[in-house]
Amino acid sequence: MKDDQQDLVIIHGLVCPRPLSHEDTIVLGHGSGGRMTQRLIEKTFYPPFENPTLLRGDDAAVVELPAEGRLAVTTDGHIVSPLFFPGGDIGRLAVCGTANDLAMVGAQPRWLTASFIIEEGLPRFLLERVTQSMKDAAEESGLIIVGGDTKVTERGKADGLFITTTGVGWIPADRNVSGANARSGDALLISGTIGDHGIAVLAARGELAFQADVESDLAPLNGMVEAMFDVCPSIHVLRDPTRGGVATTLNEIARQSNAAIVLDETAIPVRPAVDAACEMLGFDPLYVANEGKLLACVPHEDAEKVLAVMRETKYGADACQIGIVEDDPAGRVLMKTAIGGTRVIDVLAGEMLPRIC
Amino acid sequence: MKYVSEYRGAKLVQGVLEQINETITRPWVLMEICGGQTHSIVRHGLDQLLPEEIELVHGPGCPVCVTSLELIDKALAIAGMPNVILASYGDMLRVPGSGRDLFSVRASGGDVRVVYSPLDAVKIAQENPDKEVVFFAIGFETTAPPNAMAVVQAKSLGLENFSMLVSHVRVPPAMHAILGSPHNRVQGFLAAGHVCAVMGYWEYGPIAEQYNVPIVVTGFEPLDIARGILRVVQLLEANQALADNAYARAVTLEGNQPAQELIRRVFEPCDRNWRGIGMIPGSGWCLRAEFRGYDAGLRFDVEAIQPKESPLCIAGEILQGLKKPFDCTAFGRQCTPETPLGATMVSSEGACAAYYRYAHIDVPESS
Repeated sequence: MKDDQQDLVIIHGLVCPRPLSHEDTIVLGHGSGGRMTQRLIEKTFYPPFENPTLLRGDDAAVVELPAEGRLAVTTDGHIVSPLFFPGGDIGRLAVCGTANDLAMVGAQPRWLTASFIIEEGLPRFLLERVTQSMKDAAEESGLIIVGGDTKVTERGKADGLFITTTGVGWIPADRNVSGANARSGDALLISGTIGDHGIAVLAARGELAFQADVESDLAPLNGMVEAMFDVCPSIHVLRDPTRGGVATTLNEIARQSNAAIVLDETAIPVRPAVDAACEMLGFDPLYVANEGKLLACVPHEDAEKVLAVMRETKYGADACQIGIVEDDPAGRVLMKTAIGGTRVIDVLAGEMLPRIC
Repeated sequence: MKYVSEYRGAKLVQGVLEQINETITRPWVLMEICGGQTHSIVRHGLDQLLPEEIELVHGPGCPVCVTSLELIDKALAIAGMPNVILASYGDMLRVPGSGRDLFSVRASGGDVRVVYSPLDAVKIAQENPDKEVVFFAIGFETTAPPNAMAVVQAKSLGLENFSMLVSHVRVPPAMHAILGSPHNRVQGFLAAGHVCAVMGYWEYGPIAEQYNVPIVVTGFEPLDIARGILRVVQLLEANQALADNAYARAVTLEGNQPAQELIRRVFEPCDRNWRGIGMIPGSGWCLRAEFRGYDAGLRFDVEAIQPKESPLCIAGEILQGLKKPFDCTAFGRQCTPETPLGATMVSSEGACAAYYRYAHIDVPESS
């Protein structure tokens, strides 16, 4: 009898294993294009980004032009490690970076599309924190997120999350801003302290043996740009000194405009914590990335009133003049050092901070 | 920044420059040993403010620059091996070996990591017990104590997967080599403040006496360097050949005794090949017998390497103070920080890189 009982299989009822819902984590199926993708879009992307153009759900977004003028179009890929850092995250970075690229040609940011490459295994709540930041940054900068795409890679083939954005902005008719427009006699302005983003991200990676109490300056700058145009319609050059820092951006302006830029070392604003971190690591803050600063070349006589309105904006409190534009030596950037010497400021040769953004 | 900005103030520097002007009566050739000083001089534009009687030539004190090509090729070979993590200071990644650099090894799948301290490499070894972790231990006396500490720590942790490719060099033998050369032009030295913070400057008195040159321990900020130059000029004008200290806030005659003890415990002097200069007897430090087990050069069987230097590069003559970067036909043309032919164009302490970055206004731009 005993043996018979051991052979007995007791069936409690036929079952078919129900697939797990994978609500908490992104898996490959979320990029399949099927129902899981649809649910991801509806639950994670639509609620924060909601607007009629997006919800129409067509293959391309159709938008209306506000008025006469020109369009500015820009695209940017965003990779940053870690995804969240003091002062921001990859979502805010993706939106602000695009808004700023548009603002730097005098455009008012209008529409944004975003492509998400997600590494399998990314927790859902992190993705939702990113989309929430994108929503907040889009609202602040006036961008409407009108379309997007989602792909999921196998684990190890992407670093958590990559976001590529394309932005479209509208340029009012009377604006003519370009890196090629710097003129001898222009005042060179900066909207605040340099190097904050690069050092904040580096410190957030936890690889340094010290901690730096620095937040990224990540911010949309189009509000400040509008205020500047209000008092000075003839702004010559606007640029945001992101990767490669102020030094690299100024070299681009000098080259494009075939003019010389002469910096005053003592006028360049650097936070003490950034200065100290750079000193320890052997970096020059002029080459460290910013994500919420702009450089402007404006006619000398307008400099003070432009600075005055910059300082009244949320992200321009420390705005100041750091140099002037001259004729010679054309295409070069020089700096008057604090002790009274002069040195050449060249572009960043290669990698200084491994993969900031 | 407190305790730094004070040493970069225009007023104080101008004051010392005036004193130099008042003291100097004839031309002098001075060498700053340390690449960090070269960097600081051109970064702050101090060279343009000195009286024209002073010619500064740049010394061999850039560890990245003088690390021999054989050792770099060895590091490249080890870094390319499976199951190896090579940890290095960032500067070494772009130094050209015979044909490639650590960046290209990393791009083709080698695990090369930038660390800021050798102790980080020890930590990587702890975290990766199934990998061999090799630290590329380059440097002068300044970096010797932390590197020695890394070996001591690895030993006390019983880490068997940690080793170092040691390329330590020492300043005094290099000074003998420069001063003993029939081509020597150097009449006075600015000794490297950081090296002396560890080693003191008791080794320099006999050198000053033997070759009849003043040697002044000098710091790195513009004011420090100006004061070092002033002291050397004062000694030269007074015909006094002795070792003196113009960096007293960091350096004592005896130096840092516990650090020196640590160095002596782990390292022993050995002959060393200097890139661009050649073999200088007794100019290096190697691991002592009891720490040989941590010598990556012995642990990894790297086949015989035939190093090949660029025929255009004159880094060797630059490092000995015989030539300046502008004397090189390749400077700013074939040789730029993006496409360096020699190590002096790579490291931020290299004379060529310093000239290129801060002072190359007359040279055509790289495209």
